[in-house]
Amino acid sequence: MSIENLKTYDPFAEADEDTGKTTQAQESYIHIRIQQRNGRKTLTTVQGIPKKFDHKKILKVIKKEFACNGTIIDEAESKGMGDVIQLQGDQRNKIKDFLIDKDNGLGLKAETIKVHGF
Amino acid sequence: MVTSPTEETEITAQSHTTKCTSPLPVVNGASTDTSQAPVVSAVESPAADGDADGLDLSLMKKKKKKTKKAEDGDDATPAEGGGEDAAAAEDGGLDLTLKKKKKKKTTKETEDDFAKKLEALELEGKDGEEAAAAESDEQTGDMDKGTGIWEHDETKPINYEPLLDRFFALLTQKNPDHASSGAKSYKIPPPQCLREGNKKTIFANIADICKRMKRTEEHVTAYLFSELGTSGSVDGSRRLVIKGRFQQKQIENVLRKYIIEYVTCKTCRSPDTELNKGENRLYFITCNSCGSRRSVTAIKTGFSAQIGKRKKMQG
Ligand SMILES: [Zn+2]
Repeated sequence: MSIENLKTYDPFAEADEDTGKTTQAQESYIHIRIQQRNGRKTLTTVQGIPKKFDHKKILKVIKKEFACNGTIIDEAESKGMGDVIQLQGDQRNKIKDFLIDKDNGLGLKAETIKVHGF
Repeated sequence: MVTSPTEETEITAQSHTTKCTSPLPVVNGASTDTSQAPVVSAVESPAADGDADGLDLSLMKKKKKKTKKAEDGDDATPAEGGGEDAAAAEDGGLDLTLKKKKKKKTTKETEDDFAKKLEALELEGKDGEEAAAAESDEQTGDMDKGTGIWEHDETKPINYEPLLDRFFALLTQKNPDHASSGAKSYKIPPPQCLREGNKKTIFANIADICKRMKRTEEHVTAYLFSELGTSGSVDGSRRLVIKGRFQQKQIENVLRKYIIEYVTCKTCRSPDTELNKGENRLYFITCNSCGSRRSVTAIKTGFSAQIGKRKKMQG
C-alpha cells in the first residue's frame, strides 16, 4: 500500500490549506497527532473528522473501546481547526484503525489519514 | 526486379557455402569470425549450440554445485552480499539510512564490505578470475583484452563467478554511481539525543544532518516541532532544545518521514535535491539528478492542545 502511484492524491488540498484558515473546514485530511504532556503522559488529537459524523457519538464509542478519557474541542476553542477529538494517551494506531474500519468504525479511506509524530 | 533478389540470395548462399564448406551454414553465419577457421567451428558449433540451448541450465547447475561443494564460505557470501548490497544501492541507499537505527552497524559493514569488494574486483579481478579459473576447467583470459574465455568467438560456457566478476567490473567501470556512490553518498548520521533535565531533549547534531540533507535548520526544526507537537529553541552551539522527552529512535523516525517527504526525489529516489520557494507560496523540490520537480506541502502545525496554558491556569 505504500506504492506512491496507488495513493489517491488530492491536488487541491495543499492549495486550499495554503490560502488560509477559512477553508480549513473543507480540509480533506484527517490529522492524528501526539503531544507530550508532563512526564510520560501523552495526548492524542484527531483533527478533521468529516462533519457528517456525530463527533460526540464517536467520542463515546472510542472512550469505551480504548478505555481512555477524552474530550471534544469545539471549533471556537480549536481556533478554526474544526472539532478536534482529544484523547488521553497514545491512541494513534487504535484511532487510525477505528477510522478505517468499515464494520465497527467510520470506514474512511486510509489515504486521507495522516498520522504524525514519532 | 524479380530476378535480382533471387540472384543475390543465390550469391550470398554460394558465398557462404564456399567459405564455410560445411553442412551447417546457418550456424556459421551467426558468428562471422568462425569463417576464418571453418573446419573446427563446423565441428564444434553444433555442440556449442546444444550447450547454448542448455546454457542456462548448465550454468545454474555449475553455480549450484560450486557454491555448495567447493567454497561455501568464500563463494556464497560474496555473491549474496553483493546481491543484497546491489539491491540496496539500487534503492538509492535511502532504505539503508532509513533503517539505520537497528541496522546501522550491519549496513555500514556491508557497505564497506561492498566497497572493498568492488575495489578488490577492480584491482585484483584478474587474479581472482585466474585463481577461480584454475580450479574449474581453466576459465582464464583477460576480460579487457578479450582473450581466453572472453574471446569473442569463444563458445565455452563461462562460469557464474567470472560472469559475476565481469558484471561488477563493468558496473564500476561504466556506471560508478550505480555501483557505490548511491549508497555511499547518502549516509545521514543518526541523531544525537541528549536529555536536558527531565523535560527537555537536546538534538545535538541537527546542523550536521541539515547540512547533509541540504535543508535549512529552520525548516527541519519546524517539521520536528510540528510532528512532535512541541516547541523548543536553539542553544548557543546550534543544538536544538526540544521540549519533552524524546528518544533517539523517535527523532529518527521523524527525520525519516522528513526525508521521504521533503528530501528524496519521488521520481528517481535521489536525495540530491533542492527545496525552493516557488510561485504563490508553494514550495518545490527540484531534483539535481533527474531534474524532476514536485511541490511539497508547507509545514503546518495544525491543532495543538494548550497544555502549558491550562497548567498555568490550574496552578
Ligand atoms: Zn530525481
